[in-house]
Amino acid sequence: MKGFAAFCWALAAVMGAVAVPAEAVAPVRLITDISQNRIDIVYTFKGAELLVFGAIQYPRGSVPDERPGLAIVVRGPAEPITLRKKARVAGVWINTDSVRFETAPGFYAVATSAPIKTLVDERNASIWEIGLDYLQLSPTTGDGGQVAEFTRGLVDLRRRTGLWSEQEGRIGLTQNILYQARIAIPSAVPVGVYTAEIYLIRAGKVIARAATPITIDKSGFERWVYVAAQEHGLTYGLVAVGLALLAGWLAGLVVRRN
Amino acid sequence: MTLYLPIAELSVNWLVIVGLGGLVGFLSGMFGVGGGFLTTPLLIFYGIPPAVAVASSATQITGASVSGALAYWRRGGVDLKMGGVLIAGGLIGAALGSVVFRWLQQLGQIDVTINLVYVLLLGTVGGLMLRESIRTLRRTAKGARPKRLHAHNPYIAALPWKTRFYTSGLYISPLAPLLLGAVVGMLTVIMGVGGGFILVPAMIYLLGMSANSVVGTSLFQIVFVTAATTVLHSVESQTVDIVLAGLLLVGGVLGAQLGVRAAQKLSPLRLRLGLALIVVAVAVRLAIGLALTPAELFSVFGPA
Repeated sequence: MKGFAAFCWALAAVMGAVAVPAEAVAPVRLITDISQNRIDIVYTFKGAELLVFGAIQYPRGSVPDERPGLAIVVRGPAEPITLRKKARVAGVWINTDSVRFETAPGFYAVATSAPIKTLVDERNASIWEIGLDYLQLSPTTGDGGQVAEFTRGLVDLRRRTGLWSEQEGRIGLTQNILYQARIAIPSAVPVGVYTAEIYLIRAGKVIARAATPITIDKSGFERWVYVAAQEHGLTYGLVAVGLALLAGWLAGLVVRRN
Repeated sequence: MTLYLPIAELSVNWLVIVGLGGLVGFLSGMFGVGGGFLTTPLLIFYGIPPAVAVASSATQITGASVSGALAYWRRGGVDLKMGGVLIAGGLIGAALGSVVFRWLQQLGQIDVTINLVYVLLLGTVGGLMLRESIRTLRRTAKGARPKRLHAHNPYIAALPWKTRFYTSGLYISPLAPLLLGAVVGMLTVIMGVGGGFILVPAMIYLLGMSANSVVGTSLFQIVFVTAATTVLHSVESQTVDIVLAGLLLVGGVLGAQLGVRAAQKLSPLRLRLGLALIVVAVAVRLAIGLALTPAELFSVFGPA
């Protein structure tokens, strides 16, 4: 409901803007908001759904007749990873070749208003990283053929886990002004500061963009446990042992009494 | 029913985890083994990252073994001197194991190694147990009395600095149990097992310990070495998930009680045969997993 209310506010804001004639030819602007600026991972966390929405503010309120081209990208912090491929060695599947990617986003979801190939040209797609084919993963090892193969492998793997996704043509548009898209965040999502980026695209080129941050972090008990494990490893380990011993001892007592 | 695990960083159905702990607890209550060799692979099948599965399983084993160890202690079934030597060995092994663990992680071969070692160990131990129980079953069927295998191992007898272990009724070099402890400690760190399934047969067949102190001493060693392993993993890799270990423990405690009751209705021979079959089945399942084309050819290794 919170999302819907904000959506209405955005609508009102645009209507107001439309009513006032602009003095000069202002560029097209994007107004955007998200349903949640912060996602707390608590013990009941099963993933979340982000609603990214907003409005396109046209100069002098001249709303064009054709459907605007839009892309919404939600991405998580990039991190270096090593991707390994299994091969059969002496009848057993073991990891053999590997390629290192310096900037693989822990989460990446893109929703567009049209198929990516027809929406945006290759140059703009590469600059803004619109679409899984255009992610700048910065591979630092391996030759060309190997990198291409491993990149495909990584994309397939992350698509299956829901960490990377592409939803072509899944942006909802109202009167060519209001837009909205739903982005699913799976439970195995990495924590960190994310960004939601909205691109307005005309004739294959990005003509306006807006970005807004989203914080995904563990909260409450989950956060407490995680921080304790990271920063006080020794104490955490001793407490874990203590709890395990206590539980085992209590169980033994209960059993002896019965 | 879902619960987010703070260290494993994913949400699980907590009933499944408690059930899994219960199943393993049932088997461990029934057969008198720790069950870590089942917990770790099952957690990995369920999707828990292997490093977290191994570390948290060690924590669970500490809790699962302590009441048994205390019970044996009260009955005088723990050889403290032998246990002390085994623990010393276990700590050395755990330290070595964590170096090997990190090295394998860097090579990206930790998963394959865990699986391979499981297949080899469980295959060997399970195979031997199976052969032994089938033989004994046949012999009992013929009416002959089961013969005890009380091996006098010439290599172990040749080791220096012999000392007396009164409770175990042994006069052997402490080097043998020290080495045994080290091997088991290494397995605890790398594979998340208590190692009872190796300790117990090795204490009986290799060291020749008297049966009344074998299980108690083995549990005694397991409590200390798995506790040390938990601390080691917490400090080095932050992979101990308290919530996961707690869920396993709840299931394990309940399951163990049912297991103990079930065991009282079955003959020990059949129990051993059953355990052997389960061990072999796990080994075969893991071996098939290694040989079949994996569902995912690629795997991601985080920043390291």
